[in-house]
Amino acid sequence: MSDLLSSTLAKLGQGGLAILVVFAVILIVFFAAGRATGRLSKPLGIVVFLGPAAVLMIVGLVIPAIRTFFYSFYGPVGTKYVGTDNYSWAFTNPGMRTVLINTVLWIILAPLVSTAFGLVLALLADRMGATSEKVTKSLIFMPMAISFVGASVIWKFVYQYVQPGQPQIGLLEQVALWLGWSNPPNWLLSAPLNTFLLIVIMIWVQTGFAMVVLSAAIKAIPGDVLEAAALDGASGFKMFTRVTIPMIRGTLVVVLTTIMIAVLKIFDIVRTMTGGNFKTSVLANEMYSQTFVQGDNGHGSALAVILFIGVVPLIIYNVRQLRKEHAVR
Amino acid sequence: MSTVEAPEVVPVKTPIRGDKATRIRKSFSSRLASLLVVLLTILWTIPTFGLLVTSLRPQADVGTSGWWEVFTHPSFTLENYQTVLFSGGYNVQGGLMPFVVNSLVVSIPGTLFPLAIAAMAAYALAWVPFRGSNFLFFTIFALQVVPLQLALVPLLRLFNTGVHIGSVPVFPALGITGNFASLWVTHTIFAMPLAIFLLHNFMAQLPRDVMEAATVDGANVFLTFRRIVLPLSMPSIAAFAIFQFLWVWNDLLISLTFVGAGKDSVSPLTTRLSQLVGNFGSHWELLAPSAFVAIVIPLIVFFALQRYFVRGLLAGSVKG
Repeated sequence: MSDLLSSTLAKLGQGGLAILVVFAVILIVFFAAGRATGRLSKPLGIVVFLGPAAVLMIVGLVIPAIRTFFYSFYGPVGTKYVGTDNYSWAFTNPGMRTVLINTVLWIILAPLVSTAFGLVLALLADRMGATSEKVTKSLIFMPMAISFVGASVIWKFVYQYVQPGQPQIGLLEQVALWLGWSNPPNWLLSAPLNTFLLIVIMIWVQTGFAMVVLSAAIKAIPGDVLEAAALDGASGFKMFTRVTIPMIRGTLVVVLTTIMIAVLKIFDIVRTMTGGNFKTSVLANEMYSQTFVQGDNGHGSALAVILFIGVVPLIIYNVRQLRKEHAVR
Repeated sequence: MSTVEAPEVVPVKTPIRGDKATRIRKSFSSRLASLLVVLLTILWTIPTFGLLVTSLRPQADVGTSGWWEVFTHPSFTLENYQTVLFSGGYNVQGGLMPFVVNSLVVSIPGTLFPLAIAAMAAYALAWVPFRGSNFLFFTIFALQVVPLQLALVPLLRLFNTGVHIGSVPVFPALGITGNFASLWVTHTIFAMPLAIFLLHNFMAQLPRDVMEAATVDGANVFLTFRRIVLPLSMPSIAAFAIFQFLWVWNDLLISLTFVGAGKDSVSPLTTRLSQLVGNFGSHWELLAPSAFVAIVIPLIVFFALQRYFVRGLLAGSVKG
């Protein structure tokens, strides 16, 4: 127990000291640079304010990203040039084909279903009393705060398989048995079902995000627009398809692309649930496995580049959206 | 705004009967809607609830009956938590307590460092005009969606071996892999684009006259930043702080890559939990409380500061 205490104190001290040092350095630099006057003052300010962030991003993001791009044309340890071998491996290897198909399934299903659920919940919760709306939203949004690893443990328990004759502990199998499915499969071992079960976890996490963002957009629709539509005889479903949806189209697309980006990078769920076995692997998990388990950095880098190329259209779209918004302002 | 006008207009256009019908249809559909929402909410909560119940059941019950049977045979204990926190349990040496500390030591600096550095950069981009600042801002924005995976391995090598041209070292080997410092630096790097983007969006909307007044009064950029921009930006800083804290606390990929799963003196809770999934197997009486130890702090932060968290998310997604 005293061991625990002393190691705890040592670690907390380390963290506290680091915080102190970093902030002391910032303050000292501020003080010193603040003394400069005249023509030098502004450029100095720009360097002090932007310098640390710029260095971090160039050294930690830009240069490493470029190096990964180069590694993707080299062999496992990065010494032998292999041309586009890693890429042809990625697209022709049978195991990789499963990975790519799974990734496509994830990208299509998870964003669409969570956005759809989020939209329905946002619309319906809008009609509830203030308190019940708040409680509902908190509960549905809660999974956003939980780590993907925690979420995976929660759902692994739901998917726990026990021989049908035995006492059941997993909810999914128990429900299947109650519904009269006498011999359900071992959920996480049977492809392609298992991939869908993993996607359910992502939907469970992301629906709350979609709901909260869409709900804010719906509440922001001006009252007179809705009134005008109501006067023209729009109601219920028609109001929804002709007025609400067009008014929040921009937000809908942003929610979809944001979840898509998150899905493309999904790693933790697959890692924790199956380790990528039983034909459940996806791009980001395979990238990790190739690099750190198989020790093939060439393959891993190629997969990272493919991942990046998948994200690029989304980047361009998002930048355009932002530009448009700046122009409006 | 215009709801005031509504009562005057509506009765003229719609006869009493229609109005009544509308009300009836609306009340019916809103009751149906509420029912549907309640059902979905229950469906969404059941998995977490089931695991919570399991974490509180005696070991003997957990393996032999479903958690839903507590409704007919209630029986609870805190023993599982005692075991996973302080001793370890089935095949596992040592409890989770040191990992809770690790997670805190990783997450708090991992939140404060990027906040400080990003706030400075965001201020310069928003209020210190210079040539190319717009271009710089959009570049940073675009960097936001560069996947972590693309930078991971070269960054790890940079920490381990530095940069050499021939045999001339250009950047020193930091040798921080496996330490807290590697996680702080990495989380700070990967937080930069989003943090700068969010804080910039907020700071750019601060009133121009306040800034100009400060300049007229002779305040330089440093003073303006500390005395005016920082205090006024607190809402967005709080929003991003919560967002980043949860991100760092919940991260698996970065800690797995830079520290690994075996280093008990540094590994955060999430890494440990993912390891325990393998160790405990189907010993759910141990895995369930472990999971709750790992998610309880994010949940507290989330429920206590939900408003700020939502604001951060909205700023990040509706605007971009």
